[in-house]
Amino acid sequence: MQQFLNTALTGLTLGMVYAAFALALVLIWRSTRIVNFAQAPMAMVTTFVALVVIDAGHSYWLGFVAALLSGLVLGAFLERVVIRPVEGKAEINAVILTLGLFIVLHALAAVVFGNRYRSFPAPFGLEGITVGGTTIALNGFGIFTIVSVLVVMGLLVALFRFTDVGLRMRASAFNQEVARLLGVKVGAMLTLGWALASLVGSLAGLLIAGGGLVHPSYMDSVVVFGFVAAVLGGLDSPLGAVVGGLILGVSLSFVSGYVGSQLVALAALVILMLVLTLKPGGLFAQAAERRV
Amino acid sequence: MRARISSLRDHVLARHLAAALLGLVVVVMVLESVSDYRNTQLASMAYLGIAAGGLTVLTGLNGQLSLGHGALMAIGAYTSALLLPDNESSLPLSVVVLVAVVVTLAVGAAVGLAAARLHGPYLAGATLALAVAVPGIALYFKETLGGEQGLRVVMPDIPVWVLDAVFFVTGQDLTRSRFTAYVAWLTLIVVFVLLANLGAGRTGRRWRAVRDDEVAAELAGIDLGRARVSAFMVSAAAAGAAGAILAFTVKLAAPSAFTLTLSLTLLAAIVLGGLGSLAGALIGAALLTFLPSVVTDIGTDAGLSDIQAAELAPLVYGLVMVAVILLAPAGIVGSLRGALLRARARRRTPASAEPPATGTTSGTGTTTDPHADTTETAGTTPATTSKGTAS
Amino acid sequence: MTRHIRGTGPLVATLAAALALTACGAGGRDSSDGEAAAADPGVTEDTVTIGGTFPLTGVAAPGYSEIPTGAQAYFDFVNEQGGVHGRQIDYIVKDDGYNPTNTSTVTNELVLKEEVFATVGSLGTPTQASVADYLNDEGVPQLMVSSGSLQWGDDVENRPMTFGWQPDYEIEGKIIGQWVAENMPDAKVGLFLQDDDLGEDAEKGVRQFVDDQIVAVERYTSGNTDVAPQISGLQAAKADLVLAFNTPSYTALSQLVALKTGYKPKWFYANIGSDPALVGSLLERFSEGAVAGSSSALDGVLTTEYIPGIDSPEDPWVQLWQKVWDEHGEGGELTNYRIYGMSQAYAFVQALEAAGEDLTREGLVEAIEEQGADWEGPQLAPFRYSADSHMGIAGVRVVELKGGKGEDLTDVLVTDIGEDAEITTDDSGQADDAPPESGVPTS
Repeated sequence: MQQFLNTALTGLTLGMVYAAFALALVLIWRSTRIVNFAQAPMAMVTTFVALVVIDAGHSYWLGFVAALLSGLVLGAFLERVVIRPVEGKAEINAVILTLGLFIVLHALAAVVFGNRYRSFPAPFGLEGITVGGTTIALNGFGIFTIVSVLVVMGLLVALFRFTDVGLRMRASAFNQEVARLLGVKVGAMLTLGWALASLVGSLAGLLIAGGGLVHPSYMDSVVVFGFVAAVLGGLDSPLGAVVGGLILGVSLSFVSGYVGSQLVALAALVILMLVLTLKPGGLFAQAAERRV
Repeated sequence: MRARISSLRDHVLARHLAAALLGLVVVVMVLESVSDYRNTQLASMAYLGIAAGGLTVLTGLNGQLSLGHGALMAIGAYTSALLLPDNESSLPLSVVVLVAVVVTLAVGAAVGLAAARLHGPYLAGATLALAVAVPGIALYFKETLGGEQGLRVVMPDIPVWVLDAVFFVTGQDLTRSRFTAYVAWLTLIVVFVLLANLGAGRTGRRWRAVRDDEVAAELAGIDLGRARVSAFMVSAAAAGAAGAILAFTVKLAAPSAFTLTLSLTLLAAIVLGGLGSLAGALIGAALLTFLPSVVTDIGTDAGLSDIQAAELAPLVYGLVMVAVILLAPAGIVGSLRGALLRARARRRTPASAEPPATGTTSGTGTTTDPHADTTETAGTTPATTSKGTAS
Repeated sequence: MTRHIRGTGPLVATLAAALALTACGAGGRDSSDGEAAAADPGVTEDTVTIGGTFPLTGVAAPGYSEIPTGAQAYFDFVNEQGGVHGRQIDYIVKDDGYNPTNTSTVTNELVLKEEVFATVGSLGTPTQASVADYLNDEGVPQLMVSSGSLQWGDDVENRPMTFGWQPDYEIEGKIIGQWVAENMPDAKVGLFLQDDDLGEDAEKGVRQFVDDQIVAVERYTSGNTDVAPQISGLQAAKADLVLAFNTPSYTALSQLVALKTGYKPKWFYANIGSDPALVGSLLERFSEGAVAGSSSALDGVLTTEYIPGIDSPEDPWVQLWQKVWDEHGEGGELTNYRIYGMSQAYAFVQALEAAGEDLTREGLVEAIEEQGADWEGPQLAPFRYSADSHMGIAGVRVVELKGGKGEDLTDVLVTDIGEDAEITTDDSGQADDAPPESGVPTS
């Protein structure tokens, strides 16, 4: 029973991180109709930025903020300089481009930060919480993970629903021509979308890294898991991304605990294929049907 | 008309065979003149080239992007390893390659059926998941597939008649490394002739038609699903052959060989060379094989540590990949050919407009010589449309 | 009109160009060196070139990447004193990232391009397994593999050129198993195993003594850093003594997960995963102090020893290593991994001495088989080298870690593989010897 509970709780925490990552993919998909396969290495680079700040003797939180800000800048920069030319072109070009960025960021990080495992601090205790005499696999950092992803999701929803900028971003994503005619600076909105997504991705990177080891490829498996989570929720829906992330996190944790950790990626593939075959629009599709 | 087409087709086949023969002569000359170490490198180049050749057909001619070809190579490699467990196995290598191809073809058909429904980022994501998932299977079924240590591949002794024949032709004894390089390059030549013929024939026309305009292709009576699945199968078969050659070269089939990096590397190879071009695939494979040591040397000379310098090679591929997509989507071969065509056109009619070099989908097939494709597709349209609308 | 996969022309041109280029690059390399026709590759009048592959990058790199730096320092030390039989030792180290496929590639490079005489100290079970047959086929000695798998020494007939070095995991498992059966007969034992030879061989040894005490066996895959499910499994089975056979990174990870789930068994880490300094440094920063600092991170943990380490600075061997490192080290502290590399290098220099002036691969192998079992050196127990066995060091002693130091719980215990070989106290006096004055072994 305790093992069952602990597996579920581990999955829940992990699922929240996948959710954050899926959220980042959804933001970019909504603004530019591109799946950003370079999201994971982007987050990896910003996590290393945090590590550099912390290693220089500053506090964890300064590193945290530095990572989020550098994520914001990196996202905006990449959209402006690299992605802009292929927006609206054949989708295969955008896919190849983001994969190219994947390779570049990876190699760059290995050259600049070194290709070795380094431990990354966590701001809260790593010891599990004790409930009624038994310790459960949920620690301070796990709670921080869950809360921060929920807060970010809430902020994003509020941004899109209640603010003027959010309205413009939605308009640009919905129909660029019409938005442009209505006086929306579409280009700026797309850049903002990428910047925000990159910030959320950075958060996911920090949450995975906390109390663990980081190295240039520590986020690689998350590329796949985040994508599966996003598709599970329907690439268009922020809420779907979060629910998709949770479902995936818990499922994979059980596969790892009860079947074999080697088959985690295979389980993700199976889940992905089931969704694409049975419910191509994802669990939260807004449109009735979607071309996948 | 029909007679003319068929004679043309004969002509194509003859040309491909002639090219293959020429290629063979070059291969023999080179392999005989270089060291064992270079032979091993050339064998590596051959398996990368075979896999990239298959991928370039899928992506360049049919417009499907696969990040899962590393996983398909794994299937070819593990099949070979299972067939060559020890010295006693008497299977000739050609049979091993064939079985590896058939098994991978079957898996490719299954993957292709699922993939045919997907496009763009969905296809990329799903094949990405495939690439990451397959190595785990080898870890899980440790008893049969050897786990992390993988399966050893024991190369059979070189047949005596081969030794004799090679000695007769070259006057040199055949070393094991050189033998493997021969097997690799012969396989490459066979695969490339088959791919070139398929691409030039009716099948290739259908693939391109589906790539260029699905609606038009469907109206023309082409079964979209079937065209996509067949392209995937052909491409998978090439990956299977490449996997077998990898197993012969590395003498090991282990999960660590088939990482995400391998799949991305293959994609880099075909993008660098130019999508849809077999020559491009070969150039890409050559760059992947020989560039690292050059770049690493430059890096260490510039004061980087060995480990940092080793990361420069992927950095260069990645940057070139990004640059190619942004600046010259036709890749190296396509751009050169485009420049050549433009120069020729200018000479002929100095005032006429240049053929567009960029802006169309992605393949060199459409970018540099639009006439060939459009007329071919148009030529088949009237004959098949009636059938298409009737069904 | 017909040129679709256009390319036959350019294709052949490319092919020719690519192949021709490589041909140029290789000019003359394969023509046999006339003058050295009689000698084995890698040997000249005044040099012997050897190679090794190590994980300098990737998950296995922490700790292990320091081993070749130690060996290099010792070879420099020997070279400065004139080398062995007048030959300078040239050591070429390649990175394989603990990836067997890379190992195959770089070993190929060592053999065909660098033309090494032998590989020395190359690290890893899956990695070295992938090249063992190749090296034996080519007749290249694969000496002192840095791994405790049985396969380096138990199959001399098929792998005559391969030699182990450290105690194999089976005898370590046996000695640990017997110690547990005698000292903790009521413990509920859980096994935490790396899912390869390391786990398998060790389990074989452990089960000979505590088969009925084992309540859970959990295996992790190297490379997957999430071990929460495995630790939860051990906890669920209520194991109160965990025997762990894993690499150092996984010691840190398992400690971290145990902390998270409130699991507090007695831990017994095999030697390979128990370096307190390394594990401590990994653990320390995870939590900004929630886990105690480096030296005491593994307090109370049981483990084994087979060479003296930095925790005994008064040991004459460690004093030699300190001197070598101060004079020839590339910077940084002397660590247990560097000592490991130096100890291995010491044994290789002994082998070179024993092989005599006319150095050949065959001669070297014969010398190790005939004399290796008698070599004195830093190892606490003798080597088992003979014509029938290429297994390395014969035993270990059990220690408990306190403040980063190992406190002896047993004498040095020696045994051999198989159920018949009994465990006895070592009487060779190996543990008490000291290095020669010069620091270089003489034959």
